[in-house]
Amino acid sequence: MPPDSPHLRPRRRAVLAGGLLGALSLTGCGTFRSKPKVREWNLFGGGDGARLLQIHQQYVAEHPDVGFEAHTLAWGPPFYTKLAMSAAGGRAPEVATLHLSRLKGFSPATMLDPIPVDLLNAAGIRESDFLPETWNRCVVDGKLYAVPLDQHPFVLYYNTEICQKAGLLGADGKIKPVKGVDAFLDMLKAVKDTTGKFAASVETTNPWRMWWTLYGQLEGKFFSDDGTRLELDDAKALEALELMAKLAADGLVPRSANYPALVAQFTNGDAGLSFNGEWEVTTYQTAKMPFSMAPFPVVYDVPKFAGDAHTFVLPHQSNRNQDDTKATVEYIAWMLKNSAAWAAGGHIPSYQPVVGSQEYLSLKPQAEYRSVAPDVLFDPDAWFSGSGAQLQEEAGAAFSGVFSGQATPKAALAQFKAATQTLLDTPSPV
Amino acid sequence: MAVQTPTRTTSGTPTRSARSETGQPWKERWAGLFFVAPFLLLFAVFLLWPTFSGLWNSFFNTSLSGIKGEFLGLQNWREMFGDPAVWSSLKNTFVFTAMSTPPLVVIALVMALLANRRGLLGWLLRFSYFAPFVLPATVVSLIWVWIYQPGFGLVNGLLTAGGFAEIDWLNTENRAMLAVVIATVWWTVGFNFLLYLAALQGIPAQIYEAAAIDGANGRQKLFRITLPLLSRTTGLIVVLQLVASLMIFDQIYLMTDGGPNYATRPIVQYIYQNGFTNYRIGYASAISYLFFVIIVIVSILQFKLFSGRKEVR
Repeated sequence: MPPDSPHLRPRRRAVLAGGLLGALSLTGCGTFRSKPKVREWNLFGGGDGARLLQIHQQYVAEHPDVGFEAHTLAWGPPFYTKLAMSAAGGRAPEVATLHLSRLKGFSPATMLDPIPVDLLNAAGIRESDFLPETWNRCVVDGKLYAVPLDQHPFVLYYNTEICQKAGLLGADGKIKPVKGVDAFLDMLKAVKDTTGKFAASVETTNPWRMWWTLYGQLEGKFFSDDGTRLELDDAKALEALELMAKLAADGLVPRSANYPALVAQFTNGDAGLSFNGEWEVTTYQTAKMPFSMAPFPVVYDVPKFAGDAHTFVLPHQSNRNQDDTKATVEYIAWMLKNSAAWAAGGHIPSYQPVVGSQEYLSLKPQAEYRSVAPDVLFDPDAWFSGSGAQLQEEAGAAFSGVFSGQATPKAALAQFKAATQTLLDTPSPV
Repeated sequence: MAVQTPTRTTSGTPTRSARSETGQPWKERWAGLFFVAPFLLLFAVFLLWPTFSGLWNSFFNTSLSGIKGEFLGLQNWREMFGDPAVWSSLKNTFVFTAMSTPPLVVIALVMALLANRRGLLGWLLRFSYFAPFVLPATVVSLIWVWIYQPGFGLVNGLLTAGGFAEIDWLNTENRAMLAVVIATVWWTVGFNFLLYLAALQGIPAQIYEAAAIDGANGRQKLFRITLPLLSRTTGLIVVLQLVASLMIFDQIYLMTDGGPNYATRPIVQYIYQNGFTNYRIGYASAISYLFFVIIVIVSILQFKLFSGRKEVR
């Protein structure tokens, strides 16, 4: 039969019409619209991402009246680029995750829509439910632009079997807290002697979090109070870098490991400790390895831990639909109230009623490091700073050489300072 | 559907008549335009317009955040010429091109010569030489990142088993580029191989028979017959390869992220960083234009070079 014989045409047209109908009902637009839609974009590709999918399944089951779609995009620059472009074009999803440290650099006035506080209150969420410093960072020019979901500090993971053999565990089976550089080094040496390879796994290709934690514990400044000048304390910055160089030179940490290698070295027991953000809990639980977690040691003077917070934001839409916004705010509220499940993925909930709940407190090892939440040290406040932003990239380029031995701490610091100064001299594009 | 009928029935004649005759009705002369219209539209929307808007943007402080910045004149261009990162990433791009192009041509040729045979062995070689090319950049990068890993990677495992010291391939400034080149050659050589194989199979067997009768040995056949007859294919492969290598981005972004310490960052990644990580579309446009001009110059040089060599045939 020839392909376009006449009696086939009506059928083709019917198929076409059916397809259009189907497409319309799938996107939920036009007159076929029946329920509010909530499209969510997130950047959780690690162990926490698996957890998010489970939580979303429960949300969908409890909310059949909401058209919900979640999309996980690649972490870091790819995510923020796509979010920025969709928001700049006014066709963004209803809700997205954003690192709190990126909020100001993301140009709230043009790329985000303020969160209607009355709707949030109506959904049962109040300002008093959060730590004040976290909440205050979400407010820009008097308007609320973000709702914090969690805090995620740099922590210490430890392999309980290896640390038991190294004699580092107390009678309660938890790692004995250490304080000071010498105690810290002694602990690492004991672990290295046990594993025969490394003491700790750390991401040497981007050691920003490690350096920022150590520098923060030395109470180093970064910018002048008005944020216009770089005021790094060279002596303190060098002290932190020199400790990092020593760890690698003594073979306590690898000279070279990227993120996947960091995870692998802890999983396969090459390292008995791991310095990382707390979000890989699910990965290690899935690997069925004996491990627990604790706050990162206070190596220097004060407890400070590099970290950030995930927040929910409403990326800018040219034509925001009221029903969708209401459903979106209710979704945010639901996620906060159910953030014990999210905490199972490692993050410390921001919503204080959950932090005090038995459900969260009984999570092991996730509740073991919750005490550090008030000491989470955010990245310096600038348009080029925050998770996955240029400042971390420059730190990675300059500081990775300290671990690999290709750069002296002095040279690395000089390079980092020059790069930061260049960024500071560049007019803010947001 | 009404549109399709005339082409089907007259099967190809419209194009021929439109080209040869001049005294036709207006409608028929412009029929060709109608057929290419969709492509012309795509070309205009996705190539012409961005090309000009990129030039336009390079004079502004345009931001990805939707703010149309103020007019800067040549300030972006001045900043670019004084920006050492532009020159170092350009240098990296050229180093990658210089390191990757020769092996991608020579190895492809050797592979084609080896695989140009019948039977199971020929099939097996053809399959295994081409197989990596079908993998996406992400998969290739992931495989090679693990292969290069110190401590438990395959390459370092072999090195230590052989009594050599481990090499930190991806995190040593003077080795990272070589590591990327090796992975790239493994991945993409299959395409050039295929072009060479097709050209080899197009050489008539009679020429070799005649040469054999004249007493030519294998070496003479290779250098006097095969290679000269492949010269046009070689020209094509070199042109395609240079352009592909200059546009290097994916595997470097995935394997080293331009590191360590920007030792492998190509110009495309620096453009990406400025435009998309730092939202500086205006500045990124200026650098893109510089790169665009360089590629045009390289293309013209190639054209001059290879249009001369065609006479060999």
